[in-house]
Amino acid sequence: MNGDLRELYQEVILDHAKAPRNFRFPEGANCSAEGDNPLCGDNLTVKVVLKEDTIVDIGFQGSGCAISQAAASTMTEIVKGMNTAAVDTLFSHYHDVVMGKAEADDEVLGKLTVFAGVCDFPMRVKCATLAWHTMQHAIRDTGDSDTDSMLTDNMVTTE
Amino acid sequence: MSSPAKAATPSFDVDLLRAQFPALSQEVRGKQLIYLDSAATALKPQCVIDAVAQVYERDCGNIHRAVHLPSQRATQSFEATRESVRSFLNAEHEKEIIFTSGTTASINMLAQCYGRGLKAGDKILVTGLEHHSNIVPWQLLCEQVGTELVVAQLDEDGDVPLDRIEALLKAGGVKVVAFAYISNALGTVLPAKKICAMAREYGAISMIDGAQAVPHLDIDVRDLGCDFYAFSGHKLYAPTGTGVLYGRFELLNSLPPYQGGGDMIRNVSFEKTTYAELPNRLEAGTPNIAGVIGLGAALSFLNSIDRAAARAHEEEVFRYADKALREIPGLRRIGTAKHSIGALSFVMDNAHPHDIGTIVDMEGVALRTGHHCAQPVMKAFSVPATARASLGIYTNFADIDALIASVRVVQEMFS
Repeated sequence: MNGDLRELYQEVILDHAKAPRNFRFPEGANCSAEGDNPLCGDNLTVKVVLKEDTIVDIGFQGSGCAISQAAASTMTEIVKGMNTAAVDTLFSHYHDVVMGKAEADDEVLGKLTVFAGVCDFPMRVKCATLAWHTMQHAIRDTGDSDTDSMLTDNMVTTE
Repeated sequence: MSSPAKAATPSFDVDLLRAQFPALSQEVRGKQLIYLDSAATALKPQCVIDAVAQVYERDCGNIHRAVHLPSQRATQSFEATRESVRSFLNAEHEKEIIFTSGTTASINMLAQCYGRGLKAGDKILVTGLEHHSNIVPWQLLCEQVGTELVVAQLDEDGDVPLDRIEALLKAGGVKVVAFAYISNALGTVLPAKKICAMAREYGAISMIDGAQAVPHLDIDVRDLGCDFYAFSGHKLYAPTGTGVLYGRFELLNSLPPYQGGGDMIRNVSFEKTTYAELPNRLEAGTPNIAGVIGLGAALSFLNSIDRAAARAHEEEVFRYADKALREIPGLRRIGTAKHSIGALSFVMDNAHPHDIGTIVDMEGVALRTGHHCAQPVMKAFSVPATARASLGIYTNFADIDALIASVRVVQEMFS
């Protein structure tokens, strides 16, 4: 198999895609948003229990490709317990990495480093960011995710 | 897996034909390109590319205007294409051929122009197979004038039983029957002639979305008995941004202008403007001159080959692909209507269509994945998306073998 492809579909990603973590809606969720990618039909809903500025619990449900399911699954694991400012910093770096604008910093990304390979597949950036955009909309309580930022993600060209 | 012998269709040499399509000779991602997305847009033969280049290199004048030679040449080639399209569709008169930017523009034009004569409560009948471009223009009309969209639903094979269409017609009030001849998402071929006859029997006009049919079937609008026929050039080996709306003269001539502007007028004053005759009345503004001339070249190209033999070859490749896909464990074909051609949709147990698309792309195989601008079709089959392989006149058995090998890579990865 091609090296780039192996980089994209790492074991960790395939594992999360097959058995997504936190694939449920947490009890007492007070933030929720639905994210759509109209270009490919991916759809997911993220629900969050937010206390003051901290994500106490988070879960998601929906359908999508391996990358979007794994991105949602790993996201829910990593942001649980974080405050929103830390989530913003993390997402900002993650976003830059998958867009190919920054080298992955393992210390910031932790297990999310496995998504670094996405930057070689510009058509798949939106898959890796759908859950994150949706989560951000949820915790900002802006209701359903609009897709403007998604479309921007889809317009990168790195080839 | 071994491919059938080439000798089956002796009068059509697909390899010779492939040599005329420069895009096919390239490598992508270090592999030979296997192009199986012709239903999205077909590749262009060298003669089309040359015809377009010649317009910009030499005959770069606007049409229908100046007396200088470049304008004259451009006008002649442009109007010669109108005659080529007339002949290709077996329409009665060149005036029945309106150039547009594509099928979408053709359908919007019809919906807006013909729709102005409809009233609240009148019904537009479409089928469950439609591309969004044969749904949304009618919905816009419904919002404007209060017409109602009624839908003849799919059966489990992705076919539209005629009795479902007839039942809706019998219920009364249907003024327009607008349907895809061939489904872009599934490849289902509808019995267009029968549907047009049915529409007429119940007093409705018929409009065929013929975008997918033009590359795969011989089209005779008089034999089909349709009132309107819309198609795009780019699925017929011609440039993007070209299309046609054919209309039976009497009906087409009754349409009010669509857009106002240059070329569509007879006389303009601030008090009163009079309009040009067909076809100019419906062709406001400078059209895609080079594109239309490229469409003319594509039609000449198609006329130069034995199309019956090409169709027989395509049919064989289609059946070969269908059989090979069905032999892959965990793969389900979506759309299994008895009469299908051109497109093969499928889903896999463990791999989402987008993952399929990315993985086969790394093997050089270009497939379309997604909802194919036909979300209602996806909904009917309860899938978010499919992977679709679609064939062109240049598709050969080796392309299908490469597809199958690449799909097996997906299967391995996600098993």
